[in-house]
Amino acid sequence: MAAVAELPSSMSQIFQLTKNQYREYLSSRRYLALVGIVVAIGAILSFVVYHYHDTLQGPGGLLSSNLAFYGSVWAGALGLIVVLAAVFFGGDAIAGEFQNKTGYFLMGLPIRRATVYVGKWIAAFGASLSILGLWLAIVLLNGAAYFGTDFLPWQLVPSIILGIVYLMAVLGATFLFSSLFKTSAYGFVLTAILFLFGFTLLQDLVLGLVKIEPWMVISYASGAIGDVFATNINWGLAATVTTVSLGPRGGATITSYTPGVAEGVIIMLAYFVLSSVAGLLLFEREEFS
Amino acid sequence: MSTPSIEMRKLTKRFGAFTALDHLDMNLEGAKCVGFLGPNGAGKTTTLKMLADMIFPTEGECFINGISAQQSRKRALADAGVLIESPEIYPSLTPRQAFNMVADLRGVPTAERKGRIEEVLTEVKMLEWADERVGRFSKGMKQRINIAAALLHDPGVVILDEPATGLDPRGMAEVRDIVRNLKKRNRLIFMSSHILQEVTDVCDEVALINKGKLLFYDTLPNVLSRFADGHATVDVGLARPLEDAGRVKDVAALPGVATATLLEPNRIRVKFSGGVEAQERLLETLVSWHIGVKSLSEPESALEEIYLQQVARGD
Ligand SMILES: Nc1ncnc2c1ncn2[C@@H]1O[C@H](COP(=O)(O)OP(=O)(O)O)[C@@H](O)[C@H]1O
Ligand SMILES: [Mg+2]
Repeated sequence: MAAVAELPSSMSQIFQLTKNQYREYLSSRRYLALVGIVVAIGAILSFVVYHYHDTLQGPGGLLSSNLAFYGSVWAGALGLIVVLAAVFFGGDAIAGEFQNKTGYFLMGLPIRRATVYVGKWIAAFGASLSILGLWLAIVLLNGAAYFGTDFLPWQLVPSIILGIVYLMAVLGATFLFSSLFKTSAYGFVLTAILFLFGFTLLQDLVLGLVKIEPWMVISYASGAIGDVFATNINWGLAATVTTVSLGPRGGATITSYTPGVAEGVIIMLAYFVLSSVAGLLLFEREEFS
Repeated sequence: MSTPSIEMRKLTKRFGAFTALDHLDMNLEGAKCVGFLGPNGAGKTTTLKMLADMIFPTEGECFINGISAQQSRKRALADAGVLIESPEIYPSLTPRQAFNMVADLRGVPTAERKGRIEEVLTEVKMLEWADERVGRFSKGMKQRINIAAALLHDPGVVILDEPATGLDPRGMAEVRDIVRNLKKRNRLIFMSSHILQEVTDVCDEVALINKGKLLFYDTLPNVLSRFADGHATVDVGLARPLEDAGRVKDVAALPGVATATLLEPNRIRVKFSGGVEAQERLLETLVSWHIGVKSLSEPESALEEIYLQQVARGD
């Protein structure tokens, strides 16, 4: 009955919760489904690239250089895979605890609310990372097939890091949505819509109507994941602004922005931090009624 | 070893304009089983959820072993086993896996873990199901696993919200046995129920709550004597209508009988004192009168009458 003194620290409880939740994720049907989806995307891409490899090896083609390859293939599908992983593992992470009444089991235990939130977040993050790893492996296998020993450009490293930061941001937002609603479906739908269409739409609107750099939109920042494969990398905090004139006399112009890598990281981290703080505060006040 | 305790101070919960719990003050201390009795909607679950910091009081505060559940849920629940709202365990887990998780989170020492898990599973008669997935269990089995999970760390304070409700009669009887067994250790058990018999069967003390207000809290013998004045009521069923209505007065005049009323031509309600012996004498006498005694209802204590009145008023 001296249990009070023997309680594990919150740190170690987070670790235990993460461990258990991670195991739960890996053995879930959802995980299997996501692995299936990523393998299918990989298979289709591998087949298409293989089938058209003659044309793709031409100038400007996807196989013209290893940078072009990773910029289109790895980075091209990464955004979708990150959002899918976040939706699959985070979409109902909090809401599901209410809906399935499993939360009443956890909440009867001597743990802080934040422990539950953080533990589940890290587990979802880990499960998503493993999916990203699977995608990376598929892409690398293809890369090795076409570029031989030259299949590992150093740019892949910052791109992977940026991808992970993007995952943190999306998962942070997903957990926020999930604790905002007590019905699982809302979290799924809101994350999927926002990150698959919503933000790109917003980005176009800001660019088209307000005509400023859409720095506040996460899809813009996540562009950095693929931008690092360009020949000139802007590592800085300020965006690269490109103005193209349309027509021979230079009447209309189109201005496009490419975020600096540091800028992209900061924007994505801001999304992560703000949504996590908001989600945590919300969950602290959440009633299991 | 400290004395287990639960304290509620002016505990109040409002949902909008509706007051579900109104300034509840209670102090439970020591090893015993306290029944928290009240009809559906009385505010029992609301109270227990605030004890477990699942919902937050609008006013007031509560303490487990002197530690505020509102200020430190982690420390307050350290020595408590809680079962509220029939929670679900992740369906893909087996009881053993789920209990290992609980043991991890509660810090049950590794050396004791296996033994404790088997002990609590034995206590709820689920040992042979230790390695089956919880998702396939019946409601009653799940509830027994939930009870076992709440006992894993051998808590000094056990909080149970209607543990037998929703189960079939056999499941209810089993859960009652389990709770009765819990008393063998030095524990403070706080168990809610809307069934009076469950409380009188299992508990040492009873707190009656209705419409968010505590009506009384006392030991069971005190409550019984306070409300029953030693009286019990039985209904005597007759095979044919009573021919001579004057007979009812004769019944009322029998030793130990307080009142006798003709409810229907063939049913007499008798309020008497003197326990089972008096009941036996009463029955023998009535039968010897050859008035067609056909049945005698189970005696209903005055406490039951009062509780039923409360329930009725609660509607
Ligand atoms: N989340 C809630 N929102 C609004 N009313 C609630 C909520 N939870 C409980 N209530 C109301 O509070 C009262 C007490 O409920 P509860 O504590 O569950 O009763 P009991 O457990 O005694 O049956 C009921 O009238 C119930 O409808
Ligand atoms: Mg209830």
